[in-house]
Amino acid sequence: MAGPKVATITIAFDGTEYTVSAGRTILVALEEAGLRFVRGVGCRGGVCGACTVLYRMRDAHPLVAGLMCQDEAKHGMEILSLPYIPQKKAVHRMELPPENSPEYQVLSLYPEVNNCVMCGECSRLCPVGIDVMGYVGMIKRGDLRSAAQQSFTCVQCQACVLRCPSSISQPNAALAARRFHGRYREAPAEHLAKALEKVESGHYRSLFRKVRRLSGVEFQALYQRREREPDDAPPGTWLPEDRSLI
Amino acid sequence: MEGLNHFPEALRESARLVVKTRESRLTALRRGESYPSLSLSDRRAWLEEFHPDYRADSCRPLTLGPNQGDLVPCELADLLESWPRHAVSRHFALSRRSHSAAEGDPSALAPFSKQVKADLHTDVLVIGGGGAGTTAAIAAAEAGAKVLIVTKLRHGDSNTIMAEGGMQVADQEADSPVQHYLDTMGGGHFINDPDLVESLVSDGPRVLRWLEELGMLFDKYPTGRMKVRHGGGTSRRRLHASGDVTGLELMRVLRDHAESFANIRVLPFHPAVELLTDDNGRAVGAVLEHLVAGDRLPTIQVVHARAVVLATGGFGRLHFKKFPTSNHYGALADGLVLAYRAGVPLRDLRYCQYHPTGIVYPDRKIGLLLTEKFRGWGAQLLNYHGEEFVFGLEPRDVTSAAIIRECTEMGNGITTPSGRVGVWLDIPLIDLLHGRGTIEREFPGRFREFIGKGIDLRVAPVLTYPTLHYQNGGIAIQSDGGTDMPGLYAAGEVTGGVHGDNRLMGNALLEILVFGLRAGRSAARFAQNNGEGSNPGVSHLESFMEALHEKAAGQHRTSPRLLPSYGKSGLPA
Ligand SMILES: Cc1cc2nc3c(=O)[nH]c(=O)nc-3n(C[C@H](O)[C@H](O)[C@H](O)COP(=O)(O)OP(=O)(O)OC[C@H]3O[C@@H](n4cnc5c(N)ncnc54)[C@H](O)[C@@H]3O)c2cc1C
Ligand code: SF4
Ligand code: SF4
Ligand code: FES
Repeated sequence: MAGPKVATITIAFDGTEYTVSAGRTILVALEEAGLRFVRGVGCRGGVCGACTVLYRMRDAHPLVAGLMCQDEAKHGMEILSLPYIPQKKAVHRMELPPENSPEYQVLSLYPEVNNCVMCGECSRLCPVGIDVMGYVGMIKRGDLRSAAQQSFTCVQCQACVLRCPSSISQPNAALAARRFHGRYREAPAEHLAKALEKVESGHYRSLFRKVRRLSGVEFQALYQRREREPDDAPPGTWLPEDRSLI
Repeated sequence: MEGLNHFPEALRESARLVVKTRESRLTALRRGESYPSLSLSDRRAWLEEFHPDYRADSCRPLTLGPNQGDLVPCELADLLESWPRHAVSRHFALSRRSHSAAEGDPSALAPFSKQVKADLHTDVLVIGGGGAGTTAAIAAAEAGAKVLIVTKLRHGDSNTIMAEGGMQVADQEADSPVQHYLDTMGGGHFINDPDLVESLVSDGPRVLRWLEELGMLFDKYPTGRMKVRHGGGTSRRRLHASGDVTGLELMRVLRDHAESFANIRVLPFHPAVELLTDDNGRAVGAVLEHLVAGDRLPTIQVVHARAVVLATGGFGRLHFKKFPTSNHYGALADGLVLAYRAGVPLRDLRYCQYHPTGIVYPDRKIGLLLTEKFRGWGAQLLNYHGEEFVFGLEPRDVTSAAIIRECTEMGNGITTPSGRVGVWLDIPLIDLLHGRGTIEREFPGRFREFIGKGIDLRVAPVLTYPTLHYQNGGIAIQSDGGTDMPGLYAAGEVTGGVHGDNRLMGNALLEILVFGLRAGRSAARFAQNNGEGSNPGVSHLESFMEALHEKAAGQHRTSPRLLPSYGKSGLPA
C-alpha cells in the first residue's frame, strides 16, 4: 500500500533521535515512531497539562515549553518530557478566618508571590500564552478579579513553576485566587437560590407524578408541543404560553 | 481572501463560498428565521439510514453474561468476552482451561478459592479519578469514611477535564426540573430510566449551588445571574458554562477540594483490573496493576474495601468503526469489563454518541471537539456550497446523522488533502450576530489555541465531522448509585439509564455531580453498616471463565485494555 509520500524530519526525545513524519504533533510523531506513553499523556486535547515538555531548536538558544499533544514536531527539536514537579500546595477550605478578606487570604496562603522578581520567564514559557507574571502581580495587588480572568485557561502544566527563580507555584496561587474570587467577589445567582428553594419545598413532586403517569403517546405529544425559548430573549424575561410545567 | 490562507487550495474554494453566503444567512437569522427542525418520524428515518450505529454490521449480540443476546458494538463485545489480564492470571494462578478439562489437576480448581492478602485497606474504594469519582470521594469523606481513589493516569486526567460547553441545570424563571425531564427523556428516545432522570434534574439546582460555594467560576452577568444558552434538544436555555473550558474549571475545583480532606488518599497510575468479591457475592475491593512499577515493585496490588464506587468513565479510545475520538487517553471501557465479569448487568450500549463537530482539518487536531456551545451561539453547519442543511441544534445523534448524510448521499461534503471529508462550522457568524469580541470572550480556550497556530476563528470557518464522543449506556444503577451487586456503586459515564439512547449536551457534567454525590454517600453508609468481606477473592471469575471457555470466545484476547496502542499508522484513518 503506497500512500502519498510524507516528508520526514528528525527530532530528539530524551536524547534519542527519531526520524518522524512532518505535520504531526510531537505526541503522534513519537507514537508513530514506536514510543508508547504511560506517563506524559492525559487528555490529548490540550487541557490537562500531562504532556508538558521543554524543548530547544538545535540552531537556537532559547528553551521553550510546549504541550506534546498540541505542538507540531519541527525538524531539529530537542525535547525533554517534564517530570512531576513537587510544588507548594496550600491546603485550605473556603471559609475565611475572621477579619480576613479573600484577597488577604490568598496572599496568606501563598505569601511567596511577594517575592516575584518580575523576570518574565513564566510568561515567556507558558504554552497556552498566559501572561503569568501579570497574574502574579494581580494577586500581589489584591486584584483577584483580574487574576482570575488572566489565569482562567491555565492547564496546570507546571512549566512556569519549574523555571521560577523565586519558587512560586503560580498555578496553585492562581487556583486559590480564582476560587476565593468566585466564592466571595462574584455576586451569587439569585434566580438559582429561588429555583433551589422551589425544588426543596417539594413544589414539583405532584407535577412529576402527573407527568410520569402519562401514557407513552401522551408523553411524546407533550414533548412535541414544547415551546422553544428564543435564543436572544433578554435573560430571565421570556415565559412560555403554557406554564403548567413550571 | 483574508484569514483563509492557512487552508490548502482544495479547501479554500469552498471556504470562499461560506464567506460569500454569510451576509444573506446573517440577514435571515436577524429576521428570526432558522432552518426547520425535523419531526420525530423524520428524525427516525435519518437515524436509521445514516447514524453509524443503526447499521446492522456495527453491532453483535453478547454470547454470555447477564446481557447475553443484547446488541453492543462489536469491538465492545470482544472486550467484554475476553480473559483477565496476564498479570492477574499469574497472580491468582488462574487457568484458562475449563474445569472439566482440568479434572485430576487440582491446581486448576484451587485458585478461585484462594484467599488474597490485602496490600491496602480502606472503607470506600473509588475507582477512577475523574469528575464522578472525585465527587463520590468527597461525599464519602464528608460522611466520615476513609477513602482511597485509585486512578489510571494522574488524578483528573479524564473526560471531565475536557468538557467544553457546559452543564444543564433548570434554574431560570421559564424553566423547571419537569421541563428538563421532558427534554432529557425526548433526547434519549424515551427509554431512559424515569427515576434516574427525575433524580438528575431535581438535584441540579443543589449541585450548581454547591459549585458556586466551592468558588467555581461560571459565565455570569455582573448581577450574578448565570449566562445560559441552548444546547441541542433543549427547549429552555439552561446550559451553564465556564467559557469553553467548563470541565477544566470543574476538575480543578473538585480536585482542589478533595485535596483538603485528610481522609482521601489518591493512588495514580494504578488502574483497577479486576473487582474483588466475597463469599456472599458482595464487592469488597479490587485488584490494581501498577503501570509504572519497573521491575523492583510488585505489579499487582490488592485493595480490601467495605464498599466500592466504579467511576471509570467512557470508551471513546476503543475507536469503534475506526472513528476518531474526542476522549482522553484512558477511556477504554475498563469499568464495563470489570462489572460485567462480576455478573453486573449493563444497559443501553447499542448506540454510542458521535459528537457532530469533531475537527477534521488541520489534521493534527483530528477528532478533537468544537463544543456545541458554538452552535448555541449561532454558528451554522454548512455544506460545500456554503448552504445550511440541518438545524444545528437537533439532538446530537440526529445532527451527526445529517452531517453524514450530507457528505455521503448528498455528496456535498468537503474533502481534505489527506482524504477526510467534513462540513463547515461557520464560527465567524457569532461575532456578526452578537458583536465583535464575543468569540474571544465566550471561547477563550479554543480561541487562544487556534490563534496560536495561525488560525483566526473570527474570520475562518472550521471543517468538522462526527467524532466518537460519549458512552450513552453502561452499568445499570438505581437512584442511590447502587448496582445489582451489594457493596458496588457506580456513577458517571460508566453507568447507563440516565440518558437512554442519546445524551443531551450538558447532562453528563450534571450526571457526574448528582450521581457522584449519591454514590459516594451510599457507599459510605454501606461501609458503615457492613464489616470487611469474608474471604475476598476473584471467585466470580470462575463462572465467567467457564462460560468463556464454553463459547470458545476470545481465546487470546485479554481485557481491560487500559491504554490504546497507536502504532505506525497513528490514529485510525
Ligand atoms: C471533549 C469532551 C467534551 C465534553 N463536553 C461536555 C460538555 O460540555 N458538557 C457535558 O455535560 N459533558 C461533556 N462531555 C462529557 C463529560 O465530560 C463526561 O461524560 C464526564 O465528564 C465523564 O465523567 P466521569 O467521571 O464519569 O469519567 P471521566 O471524567 O472520564 O473519569 C474517569 C476516570 O477513571 C479513570 N479510569 C479509567 N479506567 C480506570 C481503571 N481501570 N482503573 C482506575 N481508573 C480508571 C480514567 O483515567 C479517568 O480519570 C465531554 C466529553 C469530552 C470527551
Ligand atoms: S500558567 Fe503556568 S501552569 Fe498554567 S498553563 Fe501557563 S505555564 Fe502552565
Ligand atoms: S518566573 Fe517567578 S519571579 Fe519570574 S516573573 Fe514569573 S513569578 Fe515572577
Ligand atoms: S495530553 Fe493533556 S494537555 Fe496534552
